[in-house]
Amino acid sequence: MTSVNPYLFFHIFIVTIMLFVMGFYCIFFTFNLVRALIGVELLIKAVTLLIITAGYVTGHMALAQAIVITLIVVEVVFIVVATGVVIGLHGHNGTLDTRKLRNLKG
Amino acid sequence: MQINYTLNLFILVILVAAGLWTVMTRSLIRSAIGLALTSVILTLLMFRFDSWLVTVFELSVCAGLISVIFISTISLTEPLTKSEVLKHMKARLARFIYLPLLILVVGVGLSFIKVNLNFQLPVAEIEADARKVLWNMRDLDLLGQVVIIMTGIFGVIVLFREMRRK
Repeated sequence: MTSVNPYLFFHIFIVTIMLFVMGFYCIFFTFNLVRALIGVELLIKAVTLLIITAGYVTGHMALAQAIVITLIVVEVVFIVVATGVVIGLHGHNGTLDTRKLRNLKG
Repeated sequence: MQINYTLNLFILVILVAAGLWTVMTRSLIRSAIGLALTSVILTLLMFRFDSWLVTVFELSVCAGLISVIFISTISLTEPLTKSEVLKHMKARLARFIYLPLLILVVGVGLSFIKVNLNFQLPVAEIEADARKVLWNMRDLDLLGQVVIIMTGIFGVIVLFREMRRK
């Protein structure tokens, strides 16, 4: 466990920020709902990487794994419900373009 | 140690490349495949960090199940035809052309930060088994997981019942 170069964690931190930027960019600059969900998935990947790295650095690897398992369960349920909503919206409006979804009330 | 470092660095680079391809590619199916690829590469990295239990979950659920869900959704929602994709390609390219540049700026900018990394990694905790931690320390998480799964099941049932009624 101690054979890892500490500079690697700094690189992982940079990659995590990059994944965050990609995810946010994908969410903000797309008009397709499925692509927005893919952006959210990228954000979750970044969080997963960050938790695992934090667990490795602090020596609480088992705790980090337990938390990531919970995160994966939440991720799957979120994606299933969100894709259900997307399919429902497509059935109702015939499009997934957010610019054309103007009939939402509230 | 140097080989390990280089290999981990290489995995990080292809992780960024896969993420970038996921966002930049114009086809939704390719985007879903790119997401699965990102999951697989993340799995590789987690395997190198000795987190085997999460590796199994990430590979089977994130790279497998979620890709199937995305591809099913894409096929159910009848995405744009090829001619429509070509029509929207220019506008999409204009929106996403700045992303690689932004990623490069973020990466290079952050690498200039001075950090003190002269630390020793702590030894692994006594409860090294993630299953024991999950069952003994984080048992409320398990209850939460069951509640969330049930919420998801009922949510999908209600959604599809409404759709069928219409």
